[in-house]
Amino acid sequence: MELSNWIQLMIGIPLLGFLISLAIPESKETWLSRVAFYTAGINLLSTLVFLWFWVLQGGMDLNFKEIVLFKNEHFEFLVDFFFDRVSAVYLIVGAILTFLITFYSRYYLHREPGYKRFFNTVLFFYLGLNLTILAGNFETLFIGWEVLGLSSFLLVAFYRKNLLPSRNAIKVFSIYRIGDVGLILAMWASHHLWHANVTFLDLTDVQRVVDQQLGHSGIALFIGLMLLLAAAAKSAQFPFSSWLPRAMEGPTPSSAIFYGSLSVHLGVFLLLRTYPFWENQLVVRILIGAIGLITAVVSTMIARVQTSVKTQIGYASLTQIGIMFIEVAAGLELLALIHFAGNAFLRTYQLLVSPSVVSYLIREQFYGFVPKQKKVVRTWWNRLYLSIYVWSLKEWNLDRFIQGRVFSPLKKLGHRLDFLRYRTLLLYFIPSYAVGVYLLVEGYELPTWLHQILPVVFAFLALLMVLKSFTERRSIRLAWTLLWMNHFWMVLAIAENENFAATEIAIYLSGVVFFGTLGWGLIIWMTKKHGDLGLYGYQGYVRQHPLVAFLFLLAVLGLIGFPISPTFIGEDLLFSHIHEDQFVLAFLAALAFVMEGVAAIRIYARLFLGTVPDLNIGSHSTTLPTANTKKIA
Amino acid sequence: MHHHSTHQGMAVEDILPLLKHFLPAQAPLKDFVHHNTLHAFQHLPFFQALKQASAQFGYRGFLPLEQYRNLYGEGKIKGQVLQRILEEQFGDQANGWLVKLLDESQESPSASKIGQFRGLWKQEYHYNLDKVTHPFLFRLLAAYLDQGISIWSFPLESKGFLEAIRGLQRDSFSAIFTSKRAISLLQKRDLGLEDVLQVLVGHSDSYAWYLLDQQFAHPGWSGMVSVLESQPESLLDTKPIALEDFILVECLLEIDALDKKFGDSWVPLGIQFPFSSQEWLEISLFSSSDLVLQTWQEAYEWSYYDEVLAGIKSVEPLPSLGSVPSFQALFCIDDRECSTRRHLEYIDPHCATYGTPGFFNVEFYFQPEYGKFHTKSCPAPVTPKFLIKETAKHKKLASDVHFHQRSHSLVRGWLSAQTLGFWSALRLIGNVFRPSSSVLEVSSMHHMDPKGSLSILYQGEENGLQVGFKVEEMADRIEGLLRSIGLVDGFSPLVYLIGHGASSINNTHYAGYDCGACCGRPGSVNARVAAFMANQPGVRQLLLQREIDIPASTQFLGGLHDTTKDELLFFDEDILNFENLKLHLENQRKFVRVLDINSLERSRRFDTLDKNKSIGGLHEAVKKRAFSLFEPRPEYNHATNALCIVSRKSTIKGLFFDRRAFLNSYDYRQDPDGVSLTKILSAAIPVCGGINLEYYFSRMDPDKLGAGTKLSHNVMGLIGVANGADGDLRTGLPYQMVEIHDPIRLLMVVEQDPALVAKVLESNPGIHEWVKNTWVHFVVIDPSTGELLRRVDEKFIPYLPLTEVEHLDHLQDKLLSTQQNLPVYLIDSL
Repeated sequence: MELSNWIQLMIGIPLLGFLISLAIPESKETWLSRVAFYTAGINLLSTLVFLWFWVLQGGMDLNFKEIVLFKNEHFEFLVDFFFDRVSAVYLIVGAILTFLITFYSRYYLHREPGYKRFFNTVLFFYLGLNLTILAGNFETLFIGWEVLGLSSFLLVAFYRKNLLPSRNAIKVFSIYRIGDVGLILAMWASHHLWHANVTFLDLTDVQRVVDQQLGHSGIALFIGLMLLLAAAAKSAQFPFSSWLPRAMEGPTPSSAIFYGSLSVHLGVFLLLRTYPFWENQLVVRILIGAIGLITAVVSTMIARVQTSVKTQIGYASLTQIGIMFIEVAAGLELLALIHFAGNAFLRTYQLLVSPSVVSYLIREQFYGFVPKQKKVVRTWWNRLYLSIYVWSLKEWNLDRFIQGRVFSPLKKLGHRLDFLRYRTLLLYFIPSYAVGVYLLVEGYELPTWLHQILPVVFAFLALLMVLKSFTERRSIRLAWTLLWMNHFWMVLAIAENENFAATEIAIYLSGVVFFGTLGWGLIIWMTKKHGDLGLYGYQGYVRQHPLVAFLFLLAVLGLIGFPISPTFIGEDLLFSHIHEDQFVLAFLAALAFVMEGVAAIRIYARLFLGTVPDLNIGSHSTTLPTANTKKIA
Repeated sequence: MHHHSTHQGMAVEDILPLLKHFLPAQAPLKDFVHHNTLHAFQHLPFFQALKQASAQFGYRGFLPLEQYRNLYGEGKIKGQVLQRILEEQFGDQANGWLVKLLDESQESPSASKIGQFRGLWKQEYHYNLDKVTHPFLFRLLAAYLDQGISIWSFPLESKGFLEAIRGLQRDSFSAIFTSKRAISLLQKRDLGLEDVLQVLVGHSDSYAWYLLDQQFAHPGWSGMVSVLESQPESLLDTKPIALEDFILVECLLEIDALDKKFGDSWVPLGIQFPFSSQEWLEISLFSSSDLVLQTWQEAYEWSYYDEVLAGIKSVEPLPSLGSVPSFQALFCIDDRECSTRRHLEYIDPHCATYGTPGFFNVEFYFQPEYGKFHTKSCPAPVTPKFLIKETAKHKKLASDVHFHQRSHSLVRGWLSAQTLGFWSALRLIGNVFRPSSSVLEVSSMHHMDPKGSLSILYQGEENGLQVGFKVEEMADRIEGLLRSIGLVDGFSPLVYLIGHGASSINNTHYAGYDCGACCGRPGSVNARVAAFMANQPGVRQLLLQREIDIPASTQFLGGLHDTTKDELLFFDEDILNFENLKLHLENQRKFVRVLDINSLERSRRFDTLDKNKSIGGLHEAVKKRAFSLFEPRPEYNHATNALCIVSRKSTIKGLFFDRRAFLNSYDYRQDPDGVSLTKILSAAIPVCGGINLEYYFSRMDPDKLGAGTKLSHNVMGLIGVANGADGDLRTGLPYQMVEIHDPIRLLMVVEQDPALVAKVLESNPGIHEWVKNTWVHFVVIDPSTGELLRRVDEKFIPYLPLTEVEHLDHLQDKLLSTQQNLPVYLIDSL
């Protein structure tokens, strides 16, 4: 039997289940839960059968022949699958837990508004998980990675009519997006390192990897670091840890499998999967170990002061994932895999029984209470302990660190363009873009130094568009149009850099134009209906217009290059035209890509998620006149 | 409520009592007791209170208009009832109002006052103060109050919250506050509200409004602090805390944040916007949409009440049996026992059942074997002076390693993950596919060891409490119990006293499922203690002197009914004599059938339960809900409750109330002075009314007055639940508990001479307030004429039911036909 063909089945079953679940009406609870149950159940069964044969045949690494989605003379985009013992462990743990959770949630979520949405999202997540685990190259892995990011966003914001889930969902999404930069840049650099679309199977050829890296130690190091960035963000390692407790906003079972077990362990997976890439680079290995160690120490301290049961389990889980990073860095793959499986089961169970903690611990306290003796000595040690206690309560300021060091500077940059208005935007855009195009066409007459910095300048302009959109509060239309324009500047930047074919531009921009127009149309429709809405707070229009909200989400996803839009392949194409030595350009392009995602999802969230519009005081000037009359009185 | 007004508005010292008055009064989870959610407005007539609560806090007390219209369309609001109410209210304009009710669109409600003033920080300064201060404030408070979730408990011993924060600021390298002004204020020894408010608000007339806005931005935490200040014993690991301290810390955090953000360039909010606190307190007037909603609500309520009263009218007086009943059984007045008693009476038509508050008139604290504390076992407002201690042999506390904190640490967590983790997988698979009872379950049967013994006889004093009861004290209690329900002669050989409790798993609100009359604990100890007392020869002698003659052959037996699993356990069966044991064994077979049928009746409400089963299979499936991790609705508790009937059983014999009634037995003939009635109403109105209103408001406004969905709840410090990591504590009931509840007020029905009832009400201001302000509806059955009289504006006026009740031959034909509420039926048999 050709085992590698089975791999398709593990993708096909969740995909089919997801599609069927989309078609079932909201009111059919039983059908929805059955589809999820059988999808996960059949997949678990086929996984078990598959593993049985795989072990019988000696547990060899498997590769499934690629499907080429796009190909020209210098670039190809393939979907490729790979299976080894790392995949095996992740696959089976994922299948067991997802199966249990679908059964569990069938009753647990009974009558909950959003029952359908929940099962859709869980199946979508499962699809993304299997895609990631079975991916045979970076491109395929990236598709899965994006699906995971989106489904996480949707599940954190499951209670989308409340403020905190909506806000925290954006937080989670933003940090995931930072991780995506790492992956994109790693892909970019690896294209240049191998001059081909390398598969993970190729990497198992140790000699080839060593040879390849020999002459390019700089770029190899860069790839290692970028992979670490991606892994650290996904697994909430230092300094990204603060998103994990904030992700515990959804129904308990979804928190349990996503943030207690499966999703949060994928950083470890990425490192295991790309081990050959960095195993010979001491710097990377030390860094991985160090990040793991810091995370383990910091999060065990934070876990100790947590007073809420879910965040405590979250941080306790993080502590163990930190140790897994150390194990991975030390090359202890098998240990890390056992550790992963145990930790995933343990935290899932702990989260699922977490409401029982009240009666259980109170009973324990009732029968075994011993008043705690508190130290009152004011020694230096005691002061240190107190300080660690307070720092841990503050989560070692990790949340503030990310906000302050990463997002605040970007916001400041965006505010530089505060003079832009929706009505006058084109006045700036058309002339400047014309100049850009002119420079491109007449480019050969320019001095070389200018020629070299122009791509960077254009990319920077693209980034500015995105950042302005990210900080815009007054006008949704402006924010959306800016995101749209970003892509045009980016195309210009790359075209300036290197001529590339019209078909490639067409692939890239077709998605942008289609989804951009869709989103723009929806915004115009909303504006006609409700007036100029602005982006001041979360306005919760999903209650009134669920369909518009869904379409707008699609538009957002298409615009930001989610794998439903040709732009997804286009992004990759675009990067392939950035030269090996153009780190600045690559960095700007990646940053623009990241922030575009954050800015677009922010527009979606502010417009459609959160509390009811008419009860939201503060967003309109209803209170001000009262205040003024009070002054007179 | 009195407010001292000075020329500047409200004095600072009056603000704290005002806040405490309005804040939610919900105790920590383990002491959860139902109460009127809007207790702060109880001095106002019901609809005025709703108006006021809506204008001040934005609380919703009605269904959305559309839903009333739908109910009318479905016939659940009856046309003739609506017509009658419109005529009573609006006279000849009734038709005009009917048009308004049915067609007119509603004006959108104006924004409530709460949050308007302090919201100006956000609106005018574009600064989201809540986002900056709340998460850290909640963390500090939760860390201070935590009862055992954190591994490192709060490191300082202190006299209060502010003192603790001072200690942290002083002794740690990591600062709580960084602004100079905040630090110097913190160090001020006698820091008062005035000091911080001057900085933040600056305009004394606005102080109260500011603090109301601030505290009601997180009513859950503030309410918890306020409750713990007045009843610190609600925490086993006690923590001194005062609302004032908490507010001071919050104000300092705000000053610190504003200073950090704006430096010197901000002015106190009240200087720029001098809001007047008096304006916040003003009484709001009804608009026509309020009247529309009120009329709909009244019509909704009376559509059901009318059926009930029509049912009572149609009950034929039974010929007296004359002989002694086969046995007598006393149950709790709890609405969940309403059906148990009905089934028992059909299975053995010769038995007699009674309803009385489930503490059986014995009040005490209970301390189980090895327990470090004692818990109250009587209604919450009562303060007992007795202690009952348990002595048991092998009572081992089972434990579960998954809750052990060691799995949260670094190195031992590493070991746990690799070992325990795989054990968890098996446990999880087992628990999901074959749920079985485990240590995680809260089981009513584990409250007391049935094989252990209790210190019921007097043994001396301990810690200011008297251990056990003296004979006279026992006799007083048993006499009170028997007289209140009118059981003073014709004793059967066996008299059962059956308490109740509930079982559940993964249920943070477990305390709300047990017996309310036992302060949220199972009633097992009370049933056992009361039965023991009634069997004491000394007590029998004293009772004989008081003209209650209990034959020597009569024996009392205690028991516990688990309302979730429908199981029944009897205590001390070995005391029964041979004859009675024989009878008891016979009765037990009847009880088994009752429990099966009862679980069948309950199963009709459980949507996910497959009904294609034998009756035994259904019962098993119902039982499983108590220990299935994934089951958010182990039982529906008090949902759908709507009635409280204080009468003889014969007055309501054969009526089907669909488990919606609290039934308190009362024989007007035995109580010519209204002594028993006073006692009954003093307990039943606040307890049943409190349960009813908590369900009412949690159902009407699940976001603000209820706890929202329980699926995302996160346990905080073992004292409350919040949504997610940074949310406020949630008060009220989770939506899963109230989803099937029809939000209508409680109808009290009392069988007694109207003049006597009026006297009882008027001489007890506490309960009179409930009735006068219509927080409960009140109807009297005049025993001399059989006439129904409704209490309106402190007078009784005759009530004539409009509807007819249907007569059913077999109840079982109807039972599984729908999940909805069933109408009142007159039934002949099961």
